[in-house]
Amino acid sequence: MGEPYKIVVGLEVHVQLLTKTKLFCGCLNQFGLPPNSATCPVCLGMPGTLPVMNRKAFELSLRAALALNCQIAGFTKWDRKNYYYPDLPKNFQTSQYDLPFSHDGFLEVNVHPDPKKGFTPKTVRIIRAHLEEDAGKSMHDDSGRGGDSKVDLNRTGTPLLEIVSHPDIETPEEAIAYLEEVRLMLRELGVSDCEMQEGSLRCDANVNIHVPQSDGSVHATPLVEIKNLNSFRSVGRAISYEAKRHAEEYARDPENFRIEHRLKTTAGWDDPKGVTVVQRHKEAAADYRYFPEPDLVPVIVSKDEVERVRAAMGELPSQQRTRLATQYGLTAYDAEVLTAKGRPMVAYFEEVAGILKDGKAAANRLSDLVYPALTDRREELAEFPLTPAAFAAFVGGTAALPKQDRGEVFKAMLDKGVTLDAAKALVGIQVFDESALRTAVQAAMAANPRAVADFKGGKDAAKMAILGGVMKANKGAPNDVVRRLLDEELAKA
Amino acid sequence: MSLELADVRKVAKLSRLEVSDADLTTMAAQLNRILDYVDALQEVNTDGVEPLAHPLPLQNVFRDDVPTPSLSVAEALANAPSRQGSHFGVPAVFDSDEPVSH
Repeated sequence: MGEPYKIVVGLEVHVQLLTKTKLFCGCLNQFGLPPNSATCPVCLGMPGTLPVMNRKAFELSLRAALALNCQIAGFTKWDRKNYYYPDLPKNFQTSQYDLPFSHDGFLEVNVHPDPKKGFTPKTVRIIRAHLEEDAGKSMHDDSGRGGDSKVDLNRTGTPLLEIVSHPDIETPEEAIAYLEEVRLMLRELGVSDCEMQEGSLRCDANVNIHVPQSDGSVHATPLVEIKNLNSFRSVGRAISYEAKRHAEEYARDPENFRIEHRLKTTAGWDDPKGVTVVQRHKEAAADYRYFPEPDLVPVIVSKDEVERVRAAMGELPSQQRTRLATQYGLTAYDAEVLTAKGRPMVAYFEEVAGILKDGKAAANRLSDLVYPALTDRREELAEFPLTPAAFAAFVGGTAALPKQDRGEVFKAMLDKGVTLDAAKALVGIQVFDESALRTAVQAAMAANPRAVADFKGGKDAAKMAILGGVMKANKGAPNDVVRRLLDEELAKA
Repeated sequence: MSLELADVRKVAKLSRLEVSDADLTTMAAQLNRILDYVDALQEVNTDGVEPLAHPLPLQNVFRDDVPTPSLSVAEALANAPSRQGSHFGVPAVFDSDEPVSH
């Protein structure tokens, strides 16, 4: 904030699709298999083999593109992107060049200054999303003695969806918010598991800065594409670092450190050192000598097909947030937090809220008790011991308790695996049944006829004397229940 | 369209081919003859002709997402000039101009 320049970032996100098999052959698409155990003549790039497109990969891509609000091209084809590298046995990557299957979408992301406290939507436009194949994996000898590199081709030919955003992102935080929304959406839709550690989500950031001039024009610094970003946090750090570096270089040489005078460069992010390292000047697109892939035929997508995929897609996170807010009266923030927990948690919430007829109470108890408990217990919701019905009973049955008592009851239910009443007893909260409390109220009234008479005579405060007596004799009794019973009995008196 | 020597040198580099200067001259001439030949296409009037993405009158050829057996590791590596255990062994890449990832 307050910097005399604007940061401009576009993100290229690659996600691996959740198919059983590779994009063009029936080899397994699975992380962690023994090296070179999932290859065949097609993905090894043997002469005379023919790729055949995986229908599931195309459908998942279509689903993702629709969720990104993209236009779906009626006609799409694949192209060869030619380059030489040991992990690319065909010497070209089958990708999409001029006719990607989708283009011109957008995604709404939360750019609230404190995303843990509020929800401020911002639209990031999507240039295109296209379907391509992944390359294999190279492991380099890091002894410094120049030993051979090792190549594993299991990943070669697995399906990748590339999502390219417009340079609409203006802060490191916005970049992270965008990635979080992409990840949430693609996970919810079953498109990708988006695990950055396993490489099923990868991100490159195109960064430069715009420096306003006194005459109203803007100087843009040369574009840098940052690679090797292995966590959302490193994406944010790399953008901050690069923007500062650009500002310094521009200050030193404002005439030459400009986009029109320099080629785009590629830089790697060195996470331990917290710096970017320039790798090379980017080859112009023509150097990849793209040409149409003759071994694959084009795909024509009908409007019906698009509508079929759209219908099967289910509720998107953005739609879900709106629905949760209106249907259950949640704040935008609560709806955002709940949605970010994923569909199983939303289903759990909806059951609890339905039983309680109180969405706000359900959401509050989820966030102050269940979310932290899942973290502490390192549990997924599916392993969580309390069913929605049991949790709803807990929320209803502890509504009148002080926060700390409620927390202890909850902990006892989880740790000891006991019922609500047993947990209350364990924590030392007496279980009061209503008829016993009513008898106590009646007894207190009988013992204090003067207060009853005062109340009848219009002194509301007299009621408090009776209430205090009941509460004193029945420590821990639910105040709201006792009040109700007292009101009822006084009305009868 | 006519290729200069520099163009041929660049294409050779992109294709990872080492070509002597003498061969470069020969190849430039040969490549230019091929381009001239293909240039004949420019004489055809293509007004109103839709661009063709593929010569086959086919579209939407898919296969189901069903696994098929892969090669054994031994078979996969059988043609490799160099191995490192179950990996292909390749000479280390030193040239910093090399593409790192795409």
